Amino acid sequence: MREMETLSNRLASGAVLLVDGATGTMLLERGLEPGKAPESFTLSHPEVLEDIARQYVSAGADIVGTNTFGASPMRLELYGLADRAEELNREAVATVRRAAAGRAYVAGSVGPSGAMLTPHGDTDPRDVYENFRSQMQWLADAGVDCVCVETMLDLTEATLAVQAAKDVSPHTPVTATMTFDETPRGFFTVMGVSVEAAAAGLADAGADAVGSNCGSGIEVMIRIAEEFRRVSDLPIIIQPNAGLPEIEGGKAVYSETPEFTADRARLLIDAGVRIIGGCCGTTPDHTRAVREMVNEHQGAA
Amino acid sequence: MGLLDQIAEGVINGDDEQVAQLTQQVIEQNRPPKQILDVGLIAGMNIVGQRFKAHEIFLPDVLLAAKAMYAGMDLLKPLLIAQGIPSVGRVVIGTVRGDLHDIGKNLVGIMLKGAGFDVIDLGRDVAPEEMVRAAKEQDAAVIGMSALLTTTMPAMGEVVQLLKQEKLDGKIKTIVGGAPVSKDFAHGIGADAYGFDAANAVDRVRQLVGA
Repeated sequence: MREMETLSNRLASGAVLLVDGATGTMLLERGLEPGKAPESFTLSHPEVLEDIARQYVSAGADIVGTNTFGASPMRLELYGLADRAEELNREAVATVRRAAAGRAYVAGSVGPSGAMLTPHGDTDPRDVYENFRSQMQWLADAGVDCVCVETMLDLTEATLAVQAAKDVSPHTPVTATMTFDETPRGFFTVMGVSVEAAAAGLADAGADAVGSNCGSGIEVMIRIAEEFRRVSDLPIIIQPNAGLPEIEGGKAVYSETPEFTADRARLLIDAGVRIIGGCCGTTPDHTRAVREMVNEHQGAA
Repeated sequence: MGLLDQIAEGVINGDDEQVAQLTQQVIEQNRPPKQILDVGLIAGMNIVGQRFKAHEIFLPDVLLAAKAMYAGMDLLKPLLIAQGIPSVGRVVIGTVRGDLHDIGKNLVGIMLKGAGFDVIDLGRDVAPEEMVRAAKEQDAAVIGMSALLTTTMPAMGEVVQLLKQEKLDGKIKTIVGGAPVSKDFAHGIGADAYGFDAANAVDRVRQLVGA
């Protein structure tokens, strides 16, 4: 196996990179009980996580995320798992690294703390920074190749996470994505962050790539990507849901097929997106279809 | 601008210190507490709700406005109780069992309080039995349930069934909401109402209590 080029070099080369798809919705398919912390699977069912990661690697993902979205101490506290935080981060990285086997980069996934920051909430931003710093340190110690700060709604919280990652490990690439809703006045997160504000704030904090994940299917994401392109010079990362969930027989169903996703993902590349992945409802089949499209696209270029 | 208008303005601007100070001032002037509540705090929160609905302001602004409203409400509440002035109605709210998402539920709670309801917030991950027990103990007219996860929605149906078993359906009404919840789902489990957003939920709760 040849030594992998560093992720920073790959990003600098202008190549289109693929991130894996969903973990959470896949875990629900594989027996995660509703309302249980998805991170608890890291210790109880590592073989399931390794299998999911392996499927994404086989499907052609360049970057595979760890099951650590909610593994910051504050967030784990909600499930009474804060005392296992270090172990959960370390094991989650080890699991994906085994599956990647040198064929894919390992991305430490970091989601929101679950706290509302002052002044509108009650949590001191310094505590939120420390919360992320702990998680970033554990992920760095476990040897992640990059960090994906994702599904952020509050810009202050997102920038604290990016800063914590950079303070712990300045040369590890950090992607930062927020979740936007379409309003009659444009795209905003629930906390009122515009694409322009997100792009500027995340860049200032030191993010190496900025963009959006979750909240929308791929067609809306194309428009969000175009807006990022207009206001940012950084590489853009987009991870759409496989559409919005519809409830059928008490179960969430996502309607965007791998073929549809791959077809539209071409437009993401045209809009200047450099890192493409998936969020809720996407599967290794989505990754595989996008991989084939990207290979054709880059072969043709 | 009159003092009550300034209180409303303080709520809109999320200025809790101003609201507390002005509310204290008008209380000392012996203004009727109900008038301070309606023309000051609730009027301000009404505008906040309208602007939020129009996407002119966002959740952080609403949360700040709510803090300001509570700053005034804390001073008024003892007086309203002492004078025997009833609230519009009492509502027990909570996020259902297994679900830790509470942004939507909190927003509904704020809007209900801002509309003059007495709100008892049971928090997140609330068992169906607990919802019913609290509603009985607190003599609530309505139980409001929220879920973000598709997997936790069935717990809403359990609450409706428990009320039926205890022959409380009709006496304690139910309303459900949350991203994956639909009107069809609400109807299917036998809930009395469905709120598609926080403002709509307040309208529907008003209808449920006949206010």
